[in-house]
Amino acid sequence: MSNDIIPNTYSQQPDERGHFGPYGGRYVAETLMPLILSVEQAWNEAKNDLKFWAEFHELAKHYIGRPSPLYFAKKTTEHFGGAKIYFKRDELNHTGAHKINHCIGQVLLAKRMGKTRIIAETGAGQHGVATATVCALFDIPCTVFMGAKDVERQAPNVFRMKLLGADVVPVSSGSASLKDAMNEAMRDWVTNVHNTYYLIGTVAGPHPFPAMVREFQSVIGKELREQMEEREGRLPDTLIAAIGGGSNAMGLFHPFLDEPDVNMIGVEAGGMGVDTDKHAASLTGGTPGILHGMQSYFLQDEDGQIQEAHSISAGLDYPGIGPEHAWLFDQKRVNYVSVTDQEALDAFQLCSKLEGIIPALEPSHAFAHVAKIAGDLPKDHIIVMNLCGRGDKDIFTVAKKLGVEI
Amino acid sequence: MNRIEQKFLKLSDKGRTALVTFIMAGDPSLKTSAEVLKALPENGADIIEIGMPFTDPAADGVTIQKAGLRALEAGATLRHTLDMVKNFREDDSETPIILMGYANPLFAYGMADFAKTASEYGVDGLIIVDLPPEEDCILREHTQQYGLDIIRLITPTTDEERLPKVLDGAGGFLYYVSITGVTGAAKPDPEALKPHIQAIKSKSKLPVVIGFGIKTPEDAKNMAGLADGIVVGSSIVEKIALLQGDKKDISDVSDFVKSLSTALK
Repeated sequence: MSNDIIPNTYSQQPDERGHFGPYGGRYVAETLMPLILSVEQAWNEAKNDLKFWAEFHELAKHYIGRPSPLYFAKKTTEHFGGAKIYFKRDELNHTGAHKINHCIGQVLLAKRMGKTRIIAETGAGQHGVATATVCALFDIPCTVFMGAKDVERQAPNVFRMKLLGADVVPVSSGSASLKDAMNEAMRDWVTNVHNTYYLIGTVAGPHPFPAMVREFQSVIGKELREQMEEREGRLPDTLIAAIGGGSNAMGLFHPFLDEPDVNMIGVEAGGMGVDTDKHAASLTGGTPGILHGMQSYFLQDEDGQIQEAHSISAGLDYPGIGPEHAWLFDQKRVNYVSVTDQEALDAFQLCSKLEGIIPALEPSHAFAHVAKIAGDLPKDHIIVMNLCGRGDKDIFTVAKKLGVEI
Repeated sequence: MNRIEQKFLKLSDKGRTALVTFIMAGDPSLKTSAEVLKALPENGADIIEIGMPFTDPAADGVTIQKAGLRALEAGATLRHTLDMVKNFREDDSETPIILMGYANPLFAYGMADFAKTASEYGVDGLIIVDLPPEEDCILREHTQQYGLDIIRLITPTTDEERLPKVLDGAGGFLYYVSITGVTGAAKPDPEALKPHIQAIKSKSKLPVVIGFGIKTPEDAKNMAGLADGIVVGSSIVEKIALLQGDKKDISDVSDFVKSLSTALK
């Protein structure tokens, strides 16, 4: 590993074979390999095509509602009495989270490749809803794989996907959760390789998906640079984002990776605690391995068997993480921490009451870490937290935890 | 000459198609699995593939997925799988053994240690489904040192342009995946396979074995002669699934393997 060498740039990864240091790559069955290569070729052409980006930005503006506002959270700032806190409000996007950014990008690519069917995996259902949404918009048949357990606990999102015209396939193999939904999507892809595009929901999977999803999500960080310049005339000091697979964090961080004065913190889901066996913190509680087409960090036992993740937030409930985060973790460019279910639950309520914004449980993890550090920082220290999703989908989970019947 | 080469030479002298049988290590229990393994050659298996159980087998159908989970439930680990081969080799020094599975358990074990132990214990080749030629250097640098063959998969999507990449570094035999899909899925059409097999044969001297979707003695018969060997996996594993725990009588599995072998004669 190249841990001892400080690279002169953090933003120019991966290499041409999709590696971020030892991580990333294309660990897929031979049947999929030619297709992965054709996705890469199509992506390389698209990303240099101004027309492709014109269409992306047109939809980003008028369909998603971008740019998302940069909001000064005055009451939160006063409450903690330290750093100046801003929210990047990606929860105001159409469909209520940042997922729509990479769904628009990838559906445009699928269309460009002449694919006539789209598949996706989903945990909480946010990526599934966003995928079903863009498939409705572009009139492409859509199948979403979802762990049978998640189908049960996320009924409103299952109904949304169906309303949008998607087929939702409950996956009962393995542990019937997000990782198994991803396995099942891979199995479908291998079977329907000729006409199908797999719209992966985070900065994970085989190359070029981690780099491509990052590129679509980095619209968040690029907007932030401009907005911060306008508001404060300088760069932010600290960026904070929640991490499951890592798409919203990568989108926020990437445009700032080569700014040495910008500190970045990724917040993993600590579940019942990283020292227990019930968490989803792949970096702070996992080890390097190979799964779902990539080398990265995973929750696994010493025999290399993948373990189940646990988090109050279904969107963070994945036993792996995108390979670029694995690399940034080893390089110590980004600081990765974890927040427990209880801390996230408290943050969920505090943010709702302070700002009149009900955050999703995912960014509630980020907010919980803001709560831990903001008070000790000087008043001229600027924190930007990615408020990557709204909490409407989580009210049932939270009510149950609080012992409230709705 | 290694065991794989010797086996194919012997079979081609007799004009026979090799029967390659797949079982999952530790399924349904460590003990029963070892007994099934031991009985395979005497019932006509020419080459044996042993699956290394993994929690997330993304290229396998339901039958093999369940077999892996049964094995893990029974306490199987990669160490057990290697020990199983070591024990098998005490009585059988001829039948080639191929270990088949996914990269992560090997990665956790350590690629170098794994290659060394596998070679010492009498493994002949490896099929690692999620290590395509683009990524298998992490294993190949060690297998070369210890004389293990990396067996490459060729699929209906491996086109003419890609084939040389797959052949470069391939050893043992070539595994032609007959369909786009997972193990235990749809049946391949022998006639449609012919041109693909011929195309591969024109580019490589390695024996070609056809796998995926071959389930019955009748399927085996239809495929005989089309290539140098055929793989039967899911339908054997289905018979093994019916063995309960440490049940002694494995004759249903043995009889089934015998019927496959007879069909190829």
